[in-house]
Amino acid sequence: MKKYSVFAIAREAMRGHRGWEEQWSSPEPKKEYDVIIVGAGGHGLATAYYLATVHGITNVAVLEKGWLGGGNTGRNTTIIRSNYLYDESAGIYDHALKLWDGLSQELNYNVMYSPRGVMMLAHNIHDIQVLKRHVHANRLNGIDNEWLTPEQAKEFCPPLNISRDARYPVMGAALQRRGGTARHDAVAWGYARGASARGVHIIQNCEVTGVKRAPNGAVTGVETTRGFIGARKVGVVAAGHSSVIMNMAGVRMPLESYPLQALVSEPVKPVVPCVVMSNTVHAYISQSDKGELVIGAGTDQYVSYSQTGGLHILQHTLDAICEMFPIFTRMKMLRSWGGIVDVTPDRSPILAKTPVPGLYVNCGWGTGGFKATPGSGHVFAHTIARDEPHPINAPFTIERFRTGRLIDEAAAAAVAH
Amino acid sequence: MSATFRIAGAGRLKQAKIAGFSFDGRPYTGIEGDTLASALLANGVHLVGRSFKYHRPRGFLSAGAEEPNALVEIKRDQARKTPNVRATVQELYDGLTAQSQNRWPSLAFDIGAVSSIASPMLSAGFYYKTFMWPKAAWKNLYEPKIRAAAGLGVAPDQPDPDHYSARFAHCEVLVLGGGAAGIAAALAAAETGARIILADEQAEFGGSLRFESGAKIEGQDGFSWAQSAVAKLSAMDNVRVLPRTTAFGYYAQNFVGLVERVSDHLQNPGRDLPRERLWQVRAKRVVLATGAIERHMVFADNDRPGIMLAAAARTYLNHYGVAVGRNVGVYTANDSAYAAAIDLKRAGINVAAIVDLRDNPTGPVIDEARALGIEVNFGRAVIRAGGKLRVSSMTVQPKNGGGERTMPVDAILMSAGWTPSVHLFSQSRGKVAFNDETKRFVPGIYAQDCVSVGACNGTDGLLATIDEAYAAGAKAAKDAGSKPAKGTKPKVDADESWSRGMLGAAPGAGADTTVKAFVDFQNDVTAKDIRQAVHEGMRSIEHVKRFTTNGMATDQGKTSNMHGLAIAAETLGKPIPQVGLTTFRAPYTPVTFGSIVGHARGPLFDPTRKTAIHPWAERQGAMFEDVGQWKRAWYFPKPGEDIHAAVDRECVTVRKTAGLFDASTLGKIEVVGPDAAKFMELLYTNPWEKLEPGRCRYGIMLREDGFIYDDGVVGRLAADRFHVTTTTGGAPRVMNHMEDYLQTEFPHLNVWLTSITEQWAVIAVQGPKSRDIIAPLVEGIDMSDEALPHMSVREGRICGVPTRLFRMSFSGERGFEVNVPADYGEAVWEALWAESQKHGACAYGTESMHVLRAEKGYIIVGQDTDGTVTPNDAGLDWAVGKKKTDFVGIRGMARPDLVAKGRKQLVGLKTRDPKVVLEEGAQVVADPKQAIPMKMIGHVTSSYWSQNCGRSIALGLVAGGRDRMGETLYVPMPDGVVELEVTGMVFFDEKGERLNG
Amino acid sequence: MLLIRCPYCEEERPELEFRNAGEAHIVRSPNIAGESDDDFEKFFFIRSNPKGIIYERWRHMHGCARFFNAVRDTVSDRFLMTYKAGEPKPTKLPGAAK
Repeated sequence: MKKYSVFAIAREAMRGHRGWEEQWSSPEPKKEYDVIIVGAGGHGLATAYYLATVHGITNVAVLEKGWLGGGNTGRNTTIIRSNYLYDESAGIYDHALKLWDGLSQELNYNVMYSPRGVMMLAHNIHDIQVLKRHVHANRLNGIDNEWLTPEQAKEFCPPLNISRDARYPVMGAALQRRGGTARHDAVAWGYARGASARGVHIIQNCEVTGVKRAPNGAVTGVETTRGFIGARKVGVVAAGHSSVIMNMAGVRMPLESYPLQALVSEPVKPVVPCVVMSNTVHAYISQSDKGELVIGAGTDQYVSYSQTGGLHILQHTLDAICEMFPIFTRMKMLRSWGGIVDVTPDRSPILAKTPVPGLYVNCGWGTGGFKATPGSGHVFAHTIARDEPHPINAPFTIERFRTGRLIDEAAAAAVAH
Repeated sequence: MSATFRIAGAGRLKQAKIAGFSFDGRPYTGIEGDTLASALLANGVHLVGRSFKYHRPRGFLSAGAEEPNALVEIKRDQARKTPNVRATVQELYDGLTAQSQNRWPSLAFDIGAVSSIASPMLSAGFYYKTFMWPKAAWKNLYEPKIRAAAGLGVAPDQPDPDHYSARFAHCEVLVLGGGAAGIAAALAAAETGARIILADEQAEFGGSLRFESGAKIEGQDGFSWAQSAVAKLSAMDNVRVLPRTTAFGYYAQNFVGLVERVSDHLQNPGRDLPRERLWQVRAKRVVLATGAIERHMVFADNDRPGIMLAAAARTYLNHYGVAVGRNVGVYTANDSAYAAAIDLKRAGINVAAIVDLRDNPTGPVIDEARALGIEVNFGRAVIRAGGKLRVSSMTVQPKNGGGERTMPVDAILMSAGWTPSVHLFSQSRGKVAFNDETKRFVPGIYAQDCVSVGACNGTDGLLATIDEAYAAGAKAAKDAGSKPAKGTKPKVDADESWSRGMLGAAPGAGADTTVKAFVDFQNDVTAKDIRQAVHEGMRSIEHVKRFTTNGMATDQGKTSNMHGLAIAAETLGKPIPQVGLTTFRAPYTPVTFGSIVGHARGPLFDPTRKTAIHPWAERQGAMFEDVGQWKRAWYFPKPGEDIHAAVDRECVTVRKTAGLFDASTLGKIEVVGPDAAKFMELLYTNPWEKLEPGRCRYGIMLREDGFIYDDGVVGRLAADRFHVTTTTGGAPRVMNHMEDYLQTEFPHLNVWLTSITEQWAVIAVQGPKSRDIIAPLVEGIDMSDEALPHMSVREGRICGVPTRLFRMSFSGERGFEVNVPADYGEAVWEALWAESQKHGACAYGTESMHVLRAEKGYIIVGQDTDGTVTPNDAGLDWAVGKKKTDFVGIRGMARPDLVAKGRKQLVGLKTRDPKVVLEEGAQVVADPKQAIPMKMIGHVTSSYWSQNCGRSIALGLVAGGRDRMGETLYVPMPDGVVELEVTGMVFFDEKGERLNG
Repeated sequence: MLLIRCPYCEEERPELEFRNAGEAHIVRSPNIAGESDDDFEKFFFIRSNPKGIIYERWRHMHGCARFFNAVRDTVSDRFLMTYKAGEPKPTKLPGAAK
């Protein structure tokens, strides 16, 4: 792998950029690998990368039915934060955040991790209670998260409307300064390049159509549109399609897949300096380096694999954005799209061994998986390599739904009043 | 300035109506009917913008919505600034003020253009490969610089004074696109009497008939026919004609979103007109007549101002009467540019030469061009354009190499062919198919009830288009259930036809390292960038697009996508369909947030629910808090009081005399029927069968997973009638939960559920004097403790109106909740208030209500519990019917982890220093000296200063809390550790004597 | 926005009037208290989540307020049919592609 640097660019500029090597190779699949990862999104590619770099396992294939990074990795709003309430969640997301910081250097690929701050707004007393509970828990967990008054929130994000006359006035905010955004494509590409350079095969346009198991139940490989590929260990990292792949192995999952839409505006000069999220008015926003306002909100209400959703969902999202930022009604939506998010009953992920020997699953990230990418790949690689979970992902089992040991961040944000 | 490029006798605008406008501070004049683009061109202005990355000077490429370059800011006033407006779409009005963007200090001298010098470094994706050292510099140095350089216009900085409106509509046939095809389809469909909507993005219908000077229909020139046909349609009752209306999104089941630009073209829109109107149309059939978009030629420096699409130049001439230059060159790979050259030549413009990439094309237009004396060169390429702020020359070379020849020109008209606009078809989830012969993607497999006609369907020629569209319009109406009608198909007297062209880089775009042959103008993507992306391993067109940003600018690749795809395919050595086509995503053209949001702004963002007593509280100067959609009186400050002083006074007054509290927002559901008690047994943990009519019970509702979902006091009014109360926020959820079980799990139960939240206003009267306040106003209810003990309910009258009078307490004092029909709520409150004043009672709000209940250890579901708390955790085991064999949640709450030891339990927390009030949400630890990360064993759920207790009080969820009574625990705060003691949950009147006090 | 036919109102209405209520034909055991942890997990947490034909529940929230069942293709979001709550799971589907 030739190193990227400003000098490399200068060198290539002299010869018309004709000397760049392929960022990743596109090999034909071999008959067998030590490990197969199903799904070349950020999490899957990161898993392969860490299998190679941390565990020395390089005889790995990452199978992708479309093009790498083309699922939720390339469709999300790129928010990164770790200010989760429970120790388990805080553990995995902060593990990821620590890896984000330095990931560009680790991968020699600028993933543009930008810790510009994630601000979560409180609009009523209940919000204040919930967000302060997070602030206090985060502080004692060593995770930065601080409370801001409405005035401080506006100072941090000048276009924010903090008028007391708003339908839901801003009553305060929790700010994680280490939170921010990164460039989603670069994450997939950087991991792909790093994994490929270490011998991992990334095989695109190769859809898994079946999971093969030996008479003793253990995994022996996968059937694909490009033939059978053997492996004694298979890690499923298929996001919205996790239920589909796991069903092929005979494992029914506590998952439902929903459409999640997002949109960007036309690019404008810098106006939103951080990430702003509001659960109560229900939308989130940041501004990309290119100048586009990047906006998202909730899912459609029904299970769907269509990667589309209803206009009324975007409508509600923009209602919320213009409630927080009334100056934006003359801005224009440039592009909207949908992804398929797999949601567990407690809205926390599953990163675990499965009842099938040799089969591992990393799924259920719902609407918030991007931020976990490096951490998720890191501990999932550990789980596959050692056949036992890393302490950080040990709580994220499938069995927790049977025992009731849920990690329910959303429930902790509570309901009634 | 005089309009020096306006050609007398050309175009359709009426010279009489002059409109003054300014661009970058300079005054100009145009004619009403102009776009900003045509008006500027009439004044000889080509330079209107700067590109995104290299800040290259740019002019108009097009005359329509596909424009990538000519984006300007339109400013009506300080609050009405709109960035990134296409000058080619913006209609001129007198007084229009426009400014160029993305340049400093001026358009002609832009400092940012130094990036052009560094441009060899700024190749595709360069930013992924650098800016990584030192680590902190990305956030602190590189990113801020990149962000400042990027972005086009400037976001508005004031709230928008304009308003936006919205309409829903249904129709049999929705026709999208009002060119010849759309009009013909609409005519055919309209004749059947079906409801038709015909929409077009332009101010005037006609589509390409605006420039097709050779088209003749029904004995008129094409454009005139279009106007008379649309006038005829407009006059029909069953037809709605929407000009200036863009269909931007095609959603499931023929649901189409359109935006009508209502007043952006008016000089004085006035206050009544909305700026834009969103149409959400559900159509039985959709006819897509969205036309095609001309592609540019990809060659070196093809972005110089003055270089534009041939049909655009033709539009400026034939519609607006404007010449785009005086000495134009033409560069083409298909016939349609010849027509432009011919029209311009006839208007007296010198055509320097037509350079045609094709070897030996033949046809009438070529003959005609020659006959007009235009020099025509076959098999040649324009390999370079000269000039900076305006094109000054074109250099021509045989396409396979050879001698160069440079000709001075002041404009170049180009045409590489036409790309069918399959955007909406693709959004409808239809699958496009590649026609290898014509090199274009056309509609293939349909996913919805729609049909494509005309140029967007790959149909060439006016004659064929009208045939196809007319038949399709009639069929769409028939398929939508309308009776066929005998109409007359418009007769085409003279045809204009387009032919195929070429895709990708033309010779001369070359592999030469220094060449900038633009594919995507706005994002500064060159042919070289696309080749580089492929060399770097990007094999999917989606990767190429994302790596180079080709097609991701505000024009969404309308002119660039096919070129980019072809260059990628050529570099990969694969056929185009194997490389794929990027997905077309809504919106077709950018849509303002305002039009999507419509009226849902400010107070209408979300409905505001107010109680019947709200006006009274407002008059008293109450402060309100938002609870869900409700506004609730939070506290009632007297002059000079802050929240603490007011709450202290209210709490003390309630316990000393009495207080009135508006509890109307509590959810209320009436459960009625012979099986009502059985139903209650299944939905609540408590036993209900034996509850006597007239008595109340505190009920807990679980979800099936065993966690507390809601709670409330339930009164049994009769054997078959329960009056259930819920939390304020929980009411709709609880109702849905009950209905779900009643309808689907327990349908055998004969029960009716009715939401009565709005029906009854609820006035809580709490305190030792509460009975004295109420009693004088009540008729027909014995108020004695014997007849109306704590936790009972009676029906009777108060102030002459019906009441359901509950004897219950959420304060620990003797208390009542007076339910009266909401219409009388304020009047009864006033009467009770008058009585209460005789006793020195007060009105109190939610804050005091919270303090009073916390003093008694009464929980609030959602505050002291979250979605992870069982009845046992909350100390409510007593409310779970031990003998019951079934209720919702009975199994869930028996799961291993829910009955495990060490769960968090709700307890009282007393700070060692009584003056210290804990912060709600603060975390509890056993060992304050441990290092971070600390082991947290609980958190504070409720915490208040209690004036009645003379100290702070708190509730919290603490691991194994009930086994820790008397233990000292700690809350580490940023400014020091707070020491506290675990206690019972009742802080005031532990024996509960005051309920009858 | 989907267009949904309410089997009680017998007309197609926009999705805004409806609330999705999850997978259909999941039976709550009459003896739920006696179920094993495994059975309870299957009942309450495990879902089919099919890519293709789904049997699901909807409620005509802002209409007749009735719960009913629907068969829908989760790839195209096209409804194949809707039917009343309590009716058996249909075996024959109209116009099913596969």
